[in-house]
Amino acid sequence: MSMDLFLPYLSGFSLAIGTLALVVGSLGLIRLPDVFSRIHAVGMMDTAGVGFIVLGMMIHEGFSLISVKLAAVAVFLFFTSPIATHAVAQVAHKSGFSPVATGAATSAKKVARKKPARAKAKASTKATPKAKTAGKAQTSKTVTVKKAAKKAPKKATKKSTGRKGDVS
Amino acid sequence: MFGLALAGCGLAMILALIRAAKGPTAFDRVLAVNAIGTIIILGVALHGFIMGRPEFVDISILYAVLNFIGTFAILKLFATGGLGDRGGNARITASSDRPEEG
Repeated sequence: MSMDLFLPYLSGFSLAIGTLALVVGSLGLIRLPDVFSRIHAVGMMDTAGVGFIVLGMMIHEGFSLISVKLAAVAVFLFFTSPIATHAVAQVAHKSGFSPVATGAATSAKKVARKKPARAKAKASTKATPKAKTAGKAQTSKTVTVKKAAKKAPKKATKKSTGRKGDVS
Repeated sequence: MFGLALAGCGLAMILALIRAAKGPTAFDRVLAVNAIGTIIILGVALHGFIMGRPEFVDISILYAVLNFIGTFAILKLFATGGLGDRGGNARITASSDRPEEG
């Protein structure tokens, strides 16, 4: 008998938790910086929000055909929403986006363009103090620095071509 | 309590609509539309419970299936440049210059 008094409160509590999960998930959908991090927020909406709201409606309804249909909705969303978000992440990654949370929508091409410039700057800063010391070792050291400066852009170009190979 | 849950669904849908309107890439919009579909599924079921006709759950089942298929159709259009209706020429070709367009 006490269970019948307890069930409406349980239903309301479950609905409140589900609504809180929906609102927090949509806030994360607005506030998070990247596609790959917004997927986390949508995943929380699809699991916690749907699960708790459907559970609240099932407790309110009791054992009936409506409750079975609500369970069917919950099971269907439980299996299909991770597939949909995984497909979104896969297509976004294949079309050039990288999950780097440095700003809004950092693409792979910009990262590949920045790398050879950094390598050249490091080589020049290394070469200047060694040239001031002079002597016989100067030629060999400058040769090694030149080799390093040659190697760095090659690596960068290889990386960029590899990413393009992923795309095509 | 159902009314309060429906109001929370409305708030979450407004926030997801903001993301769908100003999302910088197309994938943000796909994600936001998927979330709006999930909220609509819950909203239809909650509306049925408020109005005293819980048979609206059938409509929410239908909407769940349509939301899943629609998301996959949009993603396949982005990935392959077509929906695969012209034989087997649906290859990933149009997606290499996609990120800058938004």
